[in-house]
Amino acid sequence: MKGHYACNSSEHTMARRQFLGTLTAGAGTVAGLNALIRPAAAAQLVAKKKRILSIFLNGGLSQFESWDPKPGTLSGGPFRAIPTSVPGTHVCELLPQTAKQMHRISLIRSVNTASDDHNLSRYMIERGHAKSAITDYPHLGAVVTKGLDEGPSLLPGHIHVSSAAGARSSNSAYLGPKYASITVGTDGDLKNSQLPGGLTATIDDQRHAFRRQANERFLLRRRTAETDAYVQSYEQALQLMQQREIFDVTKEPESAAEKYGKFDLGRQCLLARRLLESDISFVQVSHSNYDTHAENFNYHIKLLGEFDQSFSALIDDLAERGMLESTLVIVMSEFGRSPDINGDYGREHWCKGFSIAMAGCGIQAGAVIGATNKDGTEVTDRQVDHNDLFHTYLQAVGLDPTAHFNIGGRPVPLADPTGQTIKELLS
Amino acid sequence: MSDEAAQADDPQTPEVDIKSTHVWKEWKHSAPLIGCRCGPTGRYVFASAMDSTIQRWDLDTDQHAVFGGHDSWLRAIGFSPDGKQTFTADYDGKMCFWETESESAKPTREMAAHDGWVRWLSVHPDGKLLATAGNDLLVKIWSTETTELLHTFPGHENHIYSTLFHPAGEWLLTGDLNGVVNQWEIASGKLVRSFDAKDLRHGVGGVRCLAVSPDGEQLACGGLHKASNALAGVQEPLVLIFDWESGEQLHTHEATEIDRGIARRVFYQADGTLVGASGGGAGGFLLFWKTEKTEFHKFKLPATLHDMDLHPNGLDIVTAHHDGHIRISRMAAKA
Repeated sequence: MKGHYACNSSEHTMARRQFLGTLTAGAGTVAGLNALIRPAAAAQLVAKKKRILSIFLNGGLSQFESWDPKPGTLSGGPFRAIPTSVPGTHVCELLPQTAKQMHRISLIRSVNTASDDHNLSRYMIERGHAKSAITDYPHLGAVVTKGLDEGPSLLPGHIHVSSAAGARSSNSAYLGPKYASITVGTDGDLKNSQLPGGLTATIDDQRHAFRRQANERFLLRRRTAETDAYVQSYEQALQLMQQREIFDVTKEPESAAEKYGKFDLGRQCLLARRLLESDISFVQVSHSNYDTHAENFNYHIKLLGEFDQSFSALIDDLAERGMLESTLVIVMSEFGRSPDINGDYGREHWCKGFSIAMAGCGIQAGAVIGATNKDGTEVTDRQVDHNDLFHTYLQAVGLDPTAHFNIGGRPVPLADPTGQTIKELLS
Repeated sequence: MSDEAAQADDPQTPEVDIKSTHVWKEWKHSAPLIGCRCGPTGRYVFASAMDSTIQRWDLDTDQHAVFGGHDSWLRAIGFSPDGKQTFTADYDGKMCFWETESESAKPTREMAAHDGWVRWLSVHPDGKLLATAGNDLLVKIWSTETTELLHTFPGHENHIYSTLFHPAGEWLLTGDLNGVVNQWEIASGKLVRSFDAKDLRHGVGGVRCLAVSPDGEQLACGGLHKASNALAGVQEPLVLIFDWESGEQLHTHEATEIDRGIARRVFYQADGTLVGASGGGAGGFLLFWKTEKTEFHKFKLPATLHDMDLHPNGLDIVTAHHDGHIRISRMAAKA
C-alpha cells in the first residue's frame, strides 16, 4: 500500500512544497478565523462543505420512550405520546423540547439489524457492515473523512468527543491511521497539548524548524505516502496545540452553556458545534448508559432529560447559524429495547424494530419513514438495516456509496454493496 | 384462586407465626400488577396494573371489579379511615376519588394534582388530609372533604418517591431520590429537619418507602444498596433505621442471598417486627427483621413483586406481582 514518489517529477516537487507550505502557513489563518468567528460568518464558511455529527446513545435507546411511543399498550410503558411541530407525528413525552424541533428532524422507525449483541450491533450501525473475521471495516467517520478529504488539513477530520480525552483510535481499518478518530474531552484540556515545563516557545520553534529542514532534505530523495503522513501528523499536532481554544467550551457565553445544559452531554454538544464550525468532517458525541435491563423508565427520565435539552439546543443552534443545511445530524444507538417489560421494570435488547433520527444536509425534514406494529414487536413498513442507513448517510453528504476507494491499488467500496439508499428520505 | 388457597379459605383466626408464612389466596389479572393496597375494612384489595386499570377484589366473595378512569400507570392508592373512600393518583399527575364499594367503578371526583408522575399518596390518620408527591419535586396536602389544595411544600431537589404521615398526626415525612427524608410540620408547612438516608443513594435508587415503628421511636427507610450493576438490576435491598428523637441512623437491615432486589415497601407489625418486600431479578421475597442486621426469616414468593400491604387483621400480607397475581400470604401455620 506504499505510495512511492521516487520519480522526482516537478509535479510532486510542487506538491511537496505546497504540502509543507499549506500546513505551516495555515495555522494563523484558521486560528484567526476561529477567533473572529460569528454565527453568520460561520455559516458562510462552512456551508460549502458537508459534514456529519453523530450522537451515539450508548447501550440501546428505548424507541418506546423516544421516537416510537406506543401509549395505551402493554408494551408502551408509563409515558404519554406528545404532539410535535409536525402535525400527526408524536414522540414520547420525555422529549418535549425535541418535539418543538421535529420540523427539522426525520425519523426512521423501521430499523432491523438482526443482532442483539452490543458489540456486533454497534459495529454494524457505525460501520455499515457486519463484523467479519477476514476484514475489519472502517467507522463511518473514517469513511466520511477520507471521502470528503480535500488534501492536507489543519485539524484532524474525525473527532470523537468524550467526557475524558484519549488518544487516536484504530477505527479506520484499511483507510489508514490518518482517518482514525481522535478523542477529545470537554474540559478544554487537550491531552499532551501543552509544552513540557522548561521548554519555551522560542526553543520549540527552533526544534520544529530543524525538524522541517531535515524533513525537506529527506523528502527530496525518499518521499512516500507514509512520510507525508508522518510529516502531516507532526504539523497537525502543532495545529492542535496552537488552536487549543477551539476545544475549550468555556470560551462560549454563559447563555450557550445554559442552553445546552451544564452536564457532560451539554458540554459535548457545545464542543461538537465548535468543531463543526471549524470544518471538522465528522464529529461524534456519545451519551451513556441506555442499557436499561432494570429501571428502564427511571433511567430514561434521567438520560432523556439531558438528551432532550442538549439535542434540541444543538439542532436549533445549527439551524440558526445556517449550518444544518450542510451538516447531517444522526442520533443512533446500537439497537432499541424490547416491547416486553421485565420484573425489574427493565427492557432487554431489541434489534427487530427500532428507530434512528436524522436531520439536515438534504434529509427531508419532518419525514417519518417506516413503521412498527401496534405493540412495537415487528416492522410493518419499509424495513431498513445498517447497510441501507450507511448508504443514506454517505449519499446525504454528497458521497456516492457505490463508489470505491483505491486502497493500495485495490478497489474497496465505500459502503456494503448490498445496501440501498433510503431515497425517499433525501429531499 | 389455587386449590391450596381454596382449602385455606376462611380460616379461624390463628396466632402470628412468621416462620410459617405461606400463600393462602391468589387472584390473577392479565397484565403485570405494580401497586396494591388493602382497605381498612379488610374486605377489599385494590391493585394497579400496567394496563393502567385498577383491579378490586373482594376477599369475602372473590368478586372482581375493574375501576377505569386513569390513562396511565399508577402506584399511589389510599383509603379514608372508614374505608368508604378510595384515593388514587397516576403518572399523568391526575388524582381520583372513588366510592370503595362502587359498582359503577367510576371516579366521583378527579383533578390535576401534579405535573407528571405522582409516586406516592398517604392519608392522614384522621382522614381529613391527603398528601401526594412526585416528579415535580412538590409535596401537596389536600382536603379529602373538599379536594381543595391546602398546602404545597417545595424543597426537594430530586424526584420524591415516598410519603408517610407520622402516626402522631403532626408531621409528614417525604423521601426522595437523593436519599433525603424531609420532616414537614403540616400546620405551618415548615421543614422541621431532614434525615440523611445517603446510603440509599445509588443510581435511581433513593428512598423507596417509609415506615414509623408503633412506639414512634424509629423511622425505617427502604431502598437498595450494593448496586454493582444497577442497569442490570444487580443490587440488594436495604432498610435504614433512624432514631426518631436524635435523627441519627441506628442500624441497617440487609437481606441474605438476594443479589437482585429492591426494598419496595416496609411496615412495622404491632410487636415491632419490621416486614419488608423485596422485588427484582432474584424474585419476590418477604423479609422479617427484629434488631439483627440480617433477616430472621425470609419467605420466597412464586414470582417477583412490585408492592406490598398489610391486611388490617395483622396476619395477612398482600403482594402485587409482575406475573399479574395478587397473592395473600398468611403469617401463621396452614389451617
